[in-house]
Amino acid sequence: MSSTAASASTAPTPAAPAPEAVPAAKSPKPGSLKRRRTLAQWGFIAPAVVFMLLFFGYPLVRNIVMSFQHYTPSTFFTGEAPFNGLDNWKNVFQDDLFGKALWQTILFTIGSLIGQFGIGLALAVFFNRRFPLNGVLRSLILLPWLVPMVVSGVVWRRILDQDTGVLNSFLGLFGAGDTPWLSSTGMALISVIMVNIWIGIPFNMVILYGGLQEVPKEMYEAASLDGASGWRTFRSITLPLLKPVITVVLVLGFMSTVKILDLVLALTDGGPADSTQTLGTLTYQNSFAQLDFGAGAVVGNILILISAVFAVFYLRANRNEGK
Amino acid sequence: MNGMATTTPAVSAHAAGRPAENKPKRRWGAMIAGIVILCVMLFPLYWMVNTALQPESGLLEVDPVPHSLDFSGFGDAFREQGGHLLTSLGVALGAVVICLLFSAPAAYGLAQFKLRGTKTVVFGTLITQMVPGIVIANALYSAYVDLGLVNSYAGLMLADASLGIPFAIVLMRSFMVAIPREVIEAAEVDGAGRFRTFVQVVLPMSRNSLITAGLFSFLYAWSDFMFALTLNTTDDVKPITLGIYQYIGAHVGDWGSVMSAAVLSAIPAAVLLVLSQKYIAAGITGGSVK
Repeated sequence: MSSTAASASTAPTPAAPAPEAVPAAKSPKPGSLKRRRTLAQWGFIAPAVVFMLLFFGYPLVRNIVMSFQHYTPSTFFTGEAPFNGLDNWKNVFQDDLFGKALWQTILFTIGSLIGQFGIGLALAVFFNRRFPLNGVLRSLILLPWLVPMVVSGVVWRRILDQDTGVLNSFLGLFGAGDTPWLSSTGMALISVIMVNIWIGIPFNMVILYGGLQEVPKEMYEAASLDGASGWRTFRSITLPLLKPVITVVLVLGFMSTVKILDLVLALTDGGPADSTQTLGTLTYQNSFAQLDFGAGAVVGNILILISAVFAVFYLRANRNEGK
Repeated sequence: MNGMATTTPAVSAHAAGRPAENKPKRRWGAMIAGIVILCVMLFPLYWMVNTALQPESGLLEVDPVPHSLDFSGFGDAFREQGGHLLTSLGVALGAVVICLLFSAPAAYGLAQFKLRGTKTVVFGTLITQMVPGIVIANALYSAYVDLGLVNSYAGLMLADASLGIPFAIVLMRSFMVAIPREVIEAAEVDGAGRFRTFVQVVLPMSRNSLITAGLFSFLYAWSDFMFALTLNTTDDVKPITLGIYQYIGAHVGDWGSVMSAAVLSAIPAAVLLVLSQKYIAAGITGGSVK
């Protein structure tokens, strides 16, 4: 932190200040040298800070303001969005759809996380052994995570089609091939969760696999000398040592799941009968379908609030991990 | 698949290095289990290609394997979606350039300069990764309307770059922290300015992390759907993700063409994975855990 220590160890370079640097003070007084250096150094960081302020800071503030404003489709022609106090908030909270979307977001997030993490961890443990082709198989399994989410959604929409989809024709071989995966209110959310689990497995697997690599081999050797069973070793050595990585993976999984939009729109568009509507899609619906940006901002702010709580967990985990 | 051929020697050499540890039988058993797992995981992608090659099946059931290769779906997809693929390519490349221009110097500054306030910036960078994209789109839309950036390439490139910038800063910073101060000081003693030192010494040394960051910002921008959906009101700037989404709305029966377009849009991910799997793996772990 101490800037004096840093500047003492840096050779003075008055000749060529960084081109993007903020114009330094013109006076060549010796005292200003340090200030000029500081300004030149900030020149490296400032553009990114400005960018992030514009693309993250501004939307955060703007969303709060918007949630107290009355937007109509004509607002974008007239530019008028009068303040209306808590009206948007009241409207959103009184709408049954909000409660429904909130509940479905919770189900979606918890279901996805359990599935992604459980299967991801199992695969990480599996791939942690040595066998031929291990590295190739492990990297190819990443593909579902790298393909655009909308594309995955569209592909699964075809697979899950009730009448002509391959999943039902496959299940038909066992005499059970008539599930309305995406077209019934009872199944649609479960189906969307299933697809999201499929998308999330590779990410969970790779990070957990990386964590497993860090567990010292000697500990396993010691455990096997003590005659510990595989399960016992896993519970007493692997899991505790993996805990920081597990925290990170779960929080990052939470962050990307709670705000989901692409996948739901591609699979069900929020339907049937709003049975797959989540806070993310509801924000979109309010703002970009109803053109009520005030209501969209309210739901968005709630989404931020939920994320912020978990961001605290993430940052704490991150502080213990890195550096 | 060619990627297998290039990596197999390294893997088998790796495994052969510890011959006595596992019984050969179990190792082959694990390999077969691994292949089965991979097949299950990649089945939907196989089905995408399979459906793309059977455009005539329309709303019917799709055969498990195509009887004859029918590329007419790809023809339709190219005709109707080819332009959107080019749009995606242009927007994604533009986003990569913007992303690296902003994030590389910042990562260096945050890694090597002991300035007051850098900790706050690092903290802020981590926070930005938590902001839901739809919230950004919500506020950005009205700002874009005022600035005339709706339906523009520049507007979409900038928004897509925002998907990669925090990640790129975190990733490159964790790499640049490890560059020894002596190396940078030596360059500066030799009379190189701070900026020249950055361009001629730091950037070449950080090549791998630059590639990884660039790769991921490309994938983020290529996969972007939300900004494409919300920041465009006309068809002027339509990336392939938006194209496919509107396609399923409009041509429900035409699955062959939809899937052909899907295959084309998935190709960059597949190619990048095969060509640069070590960067991808490094990016997933490095960008999140470090």
